[in-house]
Parts: sequence; C-alpha cells; structure tokens
Amino acid sequence: MNLSRRSPLLISVITLVPVCLANAAEAVDARNYPGPAWSPYIVGACIGVLSWLTFYFSDKPIGASSFYATVAGFIGKLFAKRHVESLAYFKENPPRVGWEFVFVLMAIVGGGIAALTGGEFVNEWIPPMWEARFGDGIALRASVAFGGGILMAFGARMAGGCTSGHGISGTMQLNVASWIAVICFFIGGMAVAFPLFKL
Amino acid sequence: MIDPGKAVKQSTEKPEPPVAGASKLITGAIFGLAFGFLLQKGGVGKFNILIGQLLLQDFTVAKIMLTAIVVGMVGIFILHHFAKVNLHIKPTRIGSNVIGGLFFGAGFALIGYCPGTAAAAIGQGSWDALFGMAGLVAGSWIFAEFSGALKKTVQKWGDMGKVLVPDLMHAPRGIFVAIVAVLLTAGLFVMERIFPR
Repeated sequence: MNLSRRSPLLISVITLVPVCLANAAEAVDARNYPGPAWSPYIVGACIGVLSWLTFYFSDKPIGASSFYATVAGFIGKLFAKRHVESLAYFKENPPRVGWEFVFVLMAIVGGGIAALTGGEFVNEWIPPMWEARFGDGIALRASVAFGGGILMAFGARMAGGCTSGHGISGTMQLNVASWIAVICFFIGGMAVAFPLFKL
Repeated sequence: MIDPGKAVKQSTEKPEPPVAGASKLITGAIFGLAFGFLLQKGGVGKFNILIGQLLLQDFTVAKIMLTAIVVGMVGIFILHHFAKVNLHIKPTRIGSNVIGGLFFGAGFALIGYCPGTAAAAIGQGSWDALFGMAGLVAGSWIFAEFSGALKKTVQKWGDMGKVLVPDLMHAPRGIFVAIVAVLLTAGLFVMERIFPR
C-alpha cells in the first residue's frame, strides 16, 4: 500500500533527475513553434457537439485513458491470465474490445487524416521544442515519455479519468470529481513543467 | 429546468461480451475518427502546444477545453432535460481525485501528450508519443496491481458519491448551467484579449 503511493513519486524522481542533469542551454518558449491549424474555438465547439452525439447515439461520454488499461489487461492476460483476472480493477473493468477501444484506435487515424490534409505530417522522433531544450538524444526523450506515461496513467486511473474523460466530458456535466481532477491536472503539470523547461 | 430523474434511457449494464456488437464498434470508430481529427486540427497533438499551456505561454488547450465545456454542457443538459440522454457521472472521491490528478499532471509535463492527444500525435507522425503510450499501458497495469489496496484506502478518503456542482450548492440545474455558460464565455473573451495565442 505504502509502496503503491510512493512508487509513482519514485518514478518521477528517477526520470526527473537525469533530465535536470542533462539540462541544457536556455529556457524555451512554446510560442516559437507551430500553432494550431484551426481556431481553438471552432475545434472546441465541434468537440462539444461531438459530445452531444456520443451521449445521444452511443450513451457514452468521450474518454481515452481506459483504452490503455484495456491494452494492459489484454497483454497481462497473455502472460498471467488468472492473476490479471484476480485484480480488483480488471474484475470491475474486464478488458474488452468495446466502444472506447475502437474510439481511441480510430482517433489515431483521424489525427493522421487531419495532419495529411493540412500538410502537418511531421514524421519526427523528437519534438523540436524538446530538442531545443534537451538535445536530440532519443534515449532521454523515450525514457522521460515512458516514465511520464506511467505516472499519467496511474494518476488517471486513480482520479477516474484523463483530460478527455474528466477534462471535457466530466466538467461539461458539472461533475464535482472532474472539476477537482482537472484543476489538479494543471497544478501538477505546471509544478513539473516550469522547472523542466524554464529553469 | 425540471430534472427528469436519474436513469432516462435503458442503461446497458448487462454482462458484456469480450467484443462489443458491430453497431457499437462502428459508432465508436466514427466518433473516434472525428475526435482524433479535431484534436490534430486544434493543435493539441503538438508537444509545444500542450507544454506551452503548462508554461502559460500558449492558451490553445484552455480555449478548446472551455469552449467544448460550454457548448457540450448546454446541449447535454437540454438533451437530459428532455430525457434524450443519460448523464455519466463519475464518483467524487476527493482523496483520489486530488492525488491522482496531481500524478496525472506531473506525468503530463513529462510525456507532453494526454491519453487522447497521444493518439492524434501518432497520427501526425510524432513518434515519441509511442514511448508515452507504452508508459500509459505500463502505468495502467501498475495501478491495477494496487487497485485492491487503493480501493480500501485512498479511494475512501472524501468519498461523496456521484454528485454535480449544482446539487452540491443546492442550486437549480438549469439556472446554474446558464450562469456557468455565461461566466465561462466571458472568461474566454478575457482570455483571448490577454493571451491571443
């Protein structure tokens, strides 16, 4: 139990330390890099309307993070079926190919179509802003992204959702949990991003 | 606005087969395609835009989210009023919402994508999101390992059940929704003036 609460903390320290050590030249400014293709207000309004449609036609809120738990469950079942099925989370949420699963898979395709039609397909392993700050070492970027992913998914499952499930779908239903969670997303994010990119 | 009650449409809480029916999969695919498309067009598949929000340099993320909240909220509460949709409320557990939220945020700053926008990022060829996605799978598995213990501890802290902000404040939902819509819209106008990007 104690370990369970500390392990994400430990992971964050392990990933942050080498990043700060490998630390580079100057602070970076996000505004020097490409902005959005479309107005954020148009995109936001469309996502709002998309939510009406998913509620009405599928009886589902938009959400993404459970996809990764489903993948974890499928992979786990390959190696240790009985153990995975004994875990509280997978008892309540058995991995299955459902609406949420294809939703995220097809979001990859949708992102691809959008990028190709807008001439924004980048085909790069390191984001330019990261490279300006931490160099072009792929091992560093890969390990930080991996560690960040672990923390993020752990947090999402604990909080009950991600920037989609809480940040968009939950907040628009005026769900107390979602407003608490999304505020904490940004507090936690700023607390790490500022030292990482500005110091 | 009168609240028509909790469950409106038939809920689909039957034991579900490992693979959903074709109609569920097809609608999920269409909506997912649209969502990924919109995320990429909104620029939120881009590392610098997401990190830029955390650094308070680029307000694209906040603008998209708040606009989606205003538009989505008004529509969904109207549809709910006329018994056309169910609300999908997640339980409020203050302890896990706060701790989980902070972990999520810390991870967000490291990976530079969210679980949804990572998908859009892969689509636009930002391949580093693949490492992040592998981490997301690993983190979900780690959570599942501890889910039993967490359920008995952290998840009990500040457990308020499924509750909406207007209910908490004993405000009528319709009026509350209208007020929030006006306030958030005003907030967006102010944001656009101060932070044009």
